[in-house]
Amino acid sequence: MRMLINVPETVVADALRGMAAAHPELTVDVDNRVVVRRDAPVAGKVALVSGGGSGHEPLHGGFVGPGMLSAACPGEVFTSPVPDQMVRAAAAVDSGAGVLFVIKNYTGDVLNFEMAAELAEDEGIQVAKVLVDDDVAVTDSLYTAGRRGTGATLFVEKIAGAAADEGQPLERVEAVARQVNENSRSFGVALSACTTPAKGGPTFDLPEGELEFGVGIHGEPGRERRPMMTSREIADAAVQAILDDMTPRNPVLVLVNGMGATPLLELYGFNAEVQRVLTERGVAVARTLVGNYVTSLDMAGASVTLCQVDEELLRLWDAPVSTPGLRWGR
Amino acid sequence: MLDADFFRRWMTATSASVDREAERLTALDSPIGDADHGSNLRRGFAAVTAALEKEAPRTPGAVLILAGRQLISTVGGASGPLYGTLLRRTGKALGDAPEVGPEQLAEALRAGVDAVMQLGGAAPGDKTMIDALVPAVDALADGFGAARAAAEQGAEATTPLQARKGRASYLGERSIGHQDPGATSAALLIAALVDAGTDGE
Repeated sequence: MRMLINVPETVVADALRGMAAAHPELTVDVDNRVVVRRDAPVAGKVALVSGGGSGHEPLHGGFVGPGMLSAACPGEVFTSPVPDQMVRAAAAVDSGAGVLFVIKNYTGDVLNFEMAAELAEDEGIQVAKVLVDDDVAVTDSLYTAGRRGTGATLFVEKIAGAAADEGQPLERVEAVARQVNENSRSFGVALSACTTPAKGGPTFDLPEGELEFGVGIHGEPGRERRPMMTSREIADAAVQAILDDMTPRNPVLVLVNGMGATPLLELYGFNAEVQRVLTERGVAVARTLVGNYVTSLDMAGASVTLCQVDEELLRLWDAPVSTPGLRWGR
Repeated sequence: MLDADFFRRWMTATSASVDREAERLTALDSPIGDADHGSNLRRGFAAVTAALEKEAPRTPGAVLILAGRQLISTVGGASGPLYGTLLRRTGKALGDAPEVGPEQLAEALRAGVDAVMQLGGAAPGDKTMIDALVPAVDALADGFGAARAAAEQGAEATTPLQARKGRASYLGERSIGHQDPGATSAALLIAALVDAGTDGE
């Protein structure tokens, strides 16, 4: 597999140097792997810190800026960052109003963020945590690590970020983040495996004419393999899987998310099918976002995330945001 | 008796075998994980070796505590906190004695493994590193060779299991038929005890 890199070992550092050059509004500490908004800490306001393995860009570094994250900690590809990074990020952005850690539900992310929260509290920083676990493809039971955090992470970071930007206190920002997660569900499919720099080849073999159904964002196979389906059939199945788990009473935000290697042409076509199913099922759509936001390196495929919103959450969603990956209203 | 030098050799030998087996660990991590276990551990144990050379801690406990801290600060993922906790808690249990006996090591390692089970929530049979570590600790009374054999057997015995913790658990029944990469690297750590013992004689 041909990759536009130098050597696998420097992929993350190289990307951070490039990000620093492209975005002077961010402070990028390449050595310590922390991306911080340049005007942090913002007096009197709660700060949001997230992070996770690299390979999901623009998540999380691309969502740092006014109205969203205060800082992000990129780990190695598909590997959670280490506690040192998170403590450094928290110290850089805390204005005294406290810090909310936004954590995707993976064993590694949870363990490292929990260690970091303890260390940050030792340094006198008030820390709250919210866990994102929206992927309905994983059965949430004693026999799994629980549902994965995927597309809903974008909704949590945007909406809680807006609440923080308005000057809402930490417990309120945390409650908003939790509310967004509880009202979000996702489902994804992969049409190809992805290529990690460390391995240099596909992470699993997917025969021609088949797809992975119920896939995560780390190149792991899905719950099952199915014969290739059309965009219409995938939209029916993905929305069905979500609605089996959540019956929206309010209008929904829709995220039709590309995994990295599926062209926007296909994503928009897929969105048309998703909107068709939602209309058929009587689900009102408040806003729609289509694009590559929570990716899995060069995986082909897409996920659908629905988040039901009341007027307050919708107002926070519409509030201005100014980050490399998401920008409107300012 | 086992001195600080023995524990330094244990870490160096682990680093060497993780380096040697990195590609195999990553290959095992591909079908049921995310294809990075080898490269992550290689990075972590290289940092451990470098830190031990620089700081030269003088007791067995201090060697393992330093090694554990390095893993937590450099590996990331689940394996960083889990392996880091294993070594840190084993080191803490050894206290500040300049030398320890094999029984003390067995007892301390058991405390380390218990801490890992508590942190990660895994029990034997969940298809994790615990499946190599628990039998190894049980066999340690019969010597390092017996512990190595038990760990390797434990790792191999994860193949028919369905994963119930970590990323492999997302696959449900599809995780069956693959040897667990974490149990495999745990067996490397235990096998390195034999190397550390031999090199000192």
